[in-house]
Amino acid sequence: MIALVDGRIDVAGVRRAVDDSGFGAVLVFEGVGRDSFEGRAVVALEYEAYPEMAVPEMQRIADEAQARWGAKVAIVHRTGRVAIGEPSVVIAVGTPHRAACYEASRYAIDELKLRVPVWKKEIYADGSAWKANAPG
Amino acid sequence: MKVRVLYFANLRERRGVAEEELEIEPGTTLAALYASLFPAGPDGRIPVAYTRNRAVSPGSTPIEPGDEVSFLPPLGGG
Repeated sequence: MIALVDGRIDVAGVRRAVDDSGFGAVLVFEGVGRDSFEGRAVVALEYEAYPEMAVPEMQRIADEAQARWGAKVAIVHRTGRVAIGEPSVVIAVGTPHRAACYEASRYAIDELKLRVPVWKKEIYADGSAWKANAPG
Repeated sequence: MKVRVLYFANLRERRGVAEEELEIEPGTTLAALYASLFPAGPDGRIPVAYTRNRAVSPGSTPIEPGDEVSFLPPLGGG
């Protein structure tokens, strides 16, 4: 399951997408809308994507994790307005053993932030700003 | 020649549209088109990755008729 969705993410559905009786470990990572940035109150987030590039790039990341760790990876990212406390991205990873699961999960979110054409705007009570991911 | 140009995030807001078809001179490169569409302001220019037909490409890449091009500002996914 690799998708962009406009609306709440079905977290349990993303988790089910990596079901496999050969897996001894499953991790579900949620990137969640946070209520502040450097002390300034954030009331909501807005995401937009270049879908024709973002979905294939998410698929490549999943394929890389499969090749490197034997992981099954599902990635769902939201577009549009995301309320504080709601997940903007959910990544489920399943592997035969736990060490690889942690590594593959970390790899998937780190690479997504670096490579997938998605943009985030922080909405404040009195304005807004586009926020780039910190390098590294 | 005609090209389709897509804009995202702050570049979309600055341009006022999400996409448009433009008439450009043959041989125009991705970097030259970006520079002509988004003149540098007092803070310089937003750094971008250039894309041609949905693949990240060097700024020196010449644009071909019918291409879909875009300029990706710094990413914020996750």
